[in-house]
Amino acid sequence: MNDLFVYTLRLGDDALISAQRTAEWIAAAPQLEEDVALGNIGLDQLGQARSLLQYAGSLDGRTEDDLAYFRDEREFLNAQLCELPNGDFGFAMARLLYFATYQHLLYDELRSSADETLAGVAGKAVKEVAYHVDHAMQWVLRLGDGTEESHRRMQAGLDALWPYTAELFESDPLVQRLPVAVDPSTLHDAWLERVLAVIDESTCERPSSSYQHTGGRLGRHTEHMGYLLAELQHVARSHPGATW
Amino acid sequence: MDFQATIDADGRIEPRDAMPDGYRKTLIRQIAQHAHSEIIGMQPEGNWISRAPSLRRKAILMAKVQDEAGHGLYLYAAAETLGVDRADLLDLLHSGRQKYSSIFNYPTLTWADIGAIGWLVDGAAIVNQVPLCRCSYGPYARAMVRVCKEESFHQRQGFEILYTLCNGTPEQKAMAQDALDRWWWPSLMMFGPPDTASTHSEQSMAWGIKRHSNDELRQRFVDMTVPQADVLGLRVPDDGLVYEDGHYRFTEPDYTELYDVVKGNGPCNQQRLAHRVKAHEDGAWVREAAAAYAAKKEARAA
Repeated sequence: MNDLFVYTLRLGDDALISAQRTAEWIAAAPQLEEDVALGNIGLDQLGQARSLLQYAGSLDGRTEDDLAYFRDEREFLNAQLCELPNGDFGFAMARLLYFATYQHLLYDELRSSADETLAGVAGKAVKEVAYHVDHAMQWVLRLGDGTEESHRRMQAGLDALWPYTAELFESDPLVQRLPVAVDPSTLHDAWLERVLAVIDESTCERPSSSYQHTGGRLGRHTEHMGYLLAELQHVARSHPGATW
Repeated sequence: MDFQATIDADGRIEPRDAMPDGYRKTLIRQIAQHAHSEIIGMQPEGNWISRAPSLRRKAILMAKVQDEAGHGLYLYAAAETLGVDRADLLDLLHSGRQKYSSIFNYPTLTWADIGAIGWLVDGAAIVNQVPLCRCSYGPYARAMVRVCKEESFHQRQGFEILYTLCNGTPEQKAMAQDALDRWWWPSLMMFGPPDTASTHSEQSMAWGIKRHSNDELRQRFVDMTVPQADVLGLRVPDDGLVYEDGHYRFTEPDYTELYDVVKGNGPCNQQRLAHRVKAHEDGAWVREAAAAYAAKKEARAA
């Protein structure tokens, strides 16, 4: 498999699996405005996933749906952060803060990639993700500095997900040798600065866990991933060759 | 101009105009139930977002369910112009004192049901709602203009889902027929009881809230839908269906089922309400935090 294909899949799978989890909030959000907002965010993520999977597919003769519905778990290259089951709303906003801030920095760099397609996708996505960051930030502040209960829950969400953040910034030979890619390790300092500023303002404590999970970029996932894919893929796989 | 003169001249009543108590109460009930239907209706369709069989269909379905949340928002806003709070209306829904459309108490069992809901349920909703764009109460009428535009988009998308299935594999076609078989009768019941048994209709007609009788609208829906079923190559599950004098004569649905489902005895009544109440209760701490944070911010600014 060529490097560009694998790199594009990593980005596309992050977006697709995030969209799948975000969409689970629709019709279950704390208030109607939030059903609309999370619907928007999920749709943005899904739109990014489709552009990226279409591009990856074009590099090796497959469609976006071949890639989304007919790959097995070990072939998905998303970070584990994206696949963890939805917890409470504090958990959701912690994940969105961590992930969207990463995506924003990434897309902002990728805009100037020499690969025109990746640059184009990033140029559109960076505006969408700026809204996701803002939305997450507003909620982390409200929940962190709201009531005693919301503070406790926000802290729990920030802490629980912290050990899944380093994976987003892992460098490897592929990103180092692929000239059109952004090496995510170069984004970590800026990410840390932005995320910690929000956490500080929210009156929450900075998470301190030193253990960090890894493996998603190699197709090694959490136990939750198989169930997510079973749900996502089962109708398409029950009718191989069908058009929808 | 006083209330009756405005109604008689086919004018619009606006929030600050004087209006009879009964008019206000009828509108609050109707708009609230309409808003409740939008948000409960998110569940049967939301049920298929995670399993939509292509990414394109997934995106369309997510956007559709999101539209419904938006419809709920502007309908609650229209109800609030009559002096009630969204929070109070939600309490009435959650405690079972206000209803929502009974159609959403049926389960979505296959992907074809997403097509059938768009085609039949949104189709019936459009027939019901287009006349509401001329409703005598201004904010409701204006909300309905926007809702109807989006609903007709949804209806075409639903038809297109079924069209694709009907031109696909034999299993897909059978899935589409099964969905039509299950959704046909509940869709006919969406127009309410027959005119001879409708309790609110007469006064609502006089007030310009309702423009056509239940049976007129039901006939309009059947006349519109049967030729579309022919295009799909699906059979409407009614042996009594015949075309005469420019209309399709059809068998009336079994209204005892409608009354039963309205009373709470449908396949998903408890599930839908329990899901809604759970989402609301699970979100209570979030809403409280938002209020507390806003109060703190205000205090700091002062």
